[in-house]
Amino acid sequence: MSSIGTGYDLSVTTFSPDGRVFQIEYAAKAVDNSGTVIGIKCKDGVVMGVEKLVASKMMLSGSNRRIHSVHRHSGMAVAGLAADGRQIVARAKSEATNYESVYGEAIPVKELADRVGSYVHLCTLYWWLRPFGCGVILGGYDREGPQLYMVEPSGVSYRYFGAAIGKGRQAAKTEIEKLKLSELTCRQGVVEVAKIIYGIHDEAKDKDFELEMSWVCDESNRQHKKVPEELLEEAKAAAKAALEEMDAD
Amino acid sequence: MNMDLKKDLDAPHSMGTTIIGVTYNGGVVLGADSRTSTGVYVANRASDKITQLTDNVYVCRSGSAADSQIVSDYVRYFLHQHTIQQGQPATVKVAANLVRLLSYNNKDILQTGMIVGGWDKYEGGKIYGIPLGGTIIEQPFSIGGSGSSYLYGFFDQAWKEGMTKDEAEQLVVKAVSLAIARDGASGGVVRTVIINSEGVTRNFYPGDKLPLWHEELEPQNSLLDILNASSPEPMNIQ
Repeated sequence: MSSIGTGYDLSVTTFSPDGRVFQIEYAAKAVDNSGTVIGIKCKDGVVMGVEKLVASKMMLSGSNRRIHSVHRHSGMAVAGLAADGRQIVARAKSEATNYESVYGEAIPVKELADRVGSYVHLCTLYWWLRPFGCGVILGGYDREGPQLYMVEPSGVSYRYFGAAIGKGRQAAKTEIEKLKLSELTCRQGVVEVAKIIYGIHDEAKDKDFELEMSWVCDESNRQHKKVPEELLEEAKAAAKAALEEMDAD
Repeated sequence: MNMDLKKDLDAPHSMGTTIIGVTYNGGVVLGADSRTSTGVYVANRASDKITQLTDNVYVCRSGSAADSQIVSDYVRYFLHQHTIQQGQPATVKVAANLVRLLSYNNKDILQTGMIVGGWDKYEGGKIYGIPLGGTIIEQPFSIGGSGSSYLYGFFDQAWKEGMTKDEAEQLVVKAVSLAIARDGASGGVVRTVIINSEGVTRNFYPGDKLPLWHEELEPQNSLLDILNASSPEPMNIQ
């Protein structure tokens, strides 16, 4: 589906004759080239996982955080240009605290997703601003239950049962669709997410990777937190075992 | 003499007032008197101090009539927008918080104490007291206005948790009538608003139907009765 937009792709305020804004599509390519990020909504919460491609062996493990808490009840996993992602997270945090100080209650996840989407979209309207080169998966748990949203560089934000962005998104989506999400608890979901990420990681093309995961569920008291150490190790072990099984065939 | 009258009549309208909000098992009952005074002149003897903010949240107003009206108007406007954005009715907590923000941020200028009460599907019936200065406090019941001074002891004794709707309304009507008996700035009729999952009910208790307390007198024969004769007769002036 890719085509060059010679002449119509120099500015985000220019439409092509077939109604496309090429700059936004190019921004999406920046997301497509980053490590995979997935999120799933289980029956009691949301689990998010990131395939953090390690750029250098000199980097400290655990640095380069890709999942951020936006508010007590919600978190964001970012794919694409890291610096752009930092900006979006900062804005989301600010929207959340502002909403709480005006309305006296935690921002509903739907409202947060709308505001993040509007902010990202804002940056596609002016020639002197470039679009954000990152996509965001937002998971939260409010009075309406657990919810999962994805915001793309165009500013579009939809609600999902399962979402994936980045390099391995096609493969990841196929795997997610196989899961029976309505019957999965978050504990089980964490293991499944780990399996999927380990499964889609391309050993040949990319080097090492680090798995980062977070959840917000009944077990975490509806707070967005990093998945606890022992559960994470358990999930990694299960994922490696599943890989070996596949290779053994 | 003229100057004094002017000062009185041009004085800002204040609602001396007695306002009450009470939770019961299933919702809330809001109650108020109906006297609006400018000095000692009763500018409105049948005012409605219980104002609607949304379908499910009402506010009792006391203090400066102008200030409380403008605050209610702003909050109604903000809540309307919030409801459209959210796609569902606003909660009582959100309404109360908006009232409190206006009260607190304009504390130098405003002089109004309010009681926000309503019902929402998450928390059920809730009452929030927002006195002068802009604190917000969630309470099982709240009293306000000049007449409330006379009701603290009464509520300490008469209030109980988990009343029925009728018990709660009777408590509110009795309390307002007690305050009216003692507070010169409260009077007129008693209005109540009951809010629960089923909706909103407004009730009206005329002043002459309220119980009398201690040494209050029964209404006497009034010369006005002559004027109410069936056919208009000229008065006999000897």
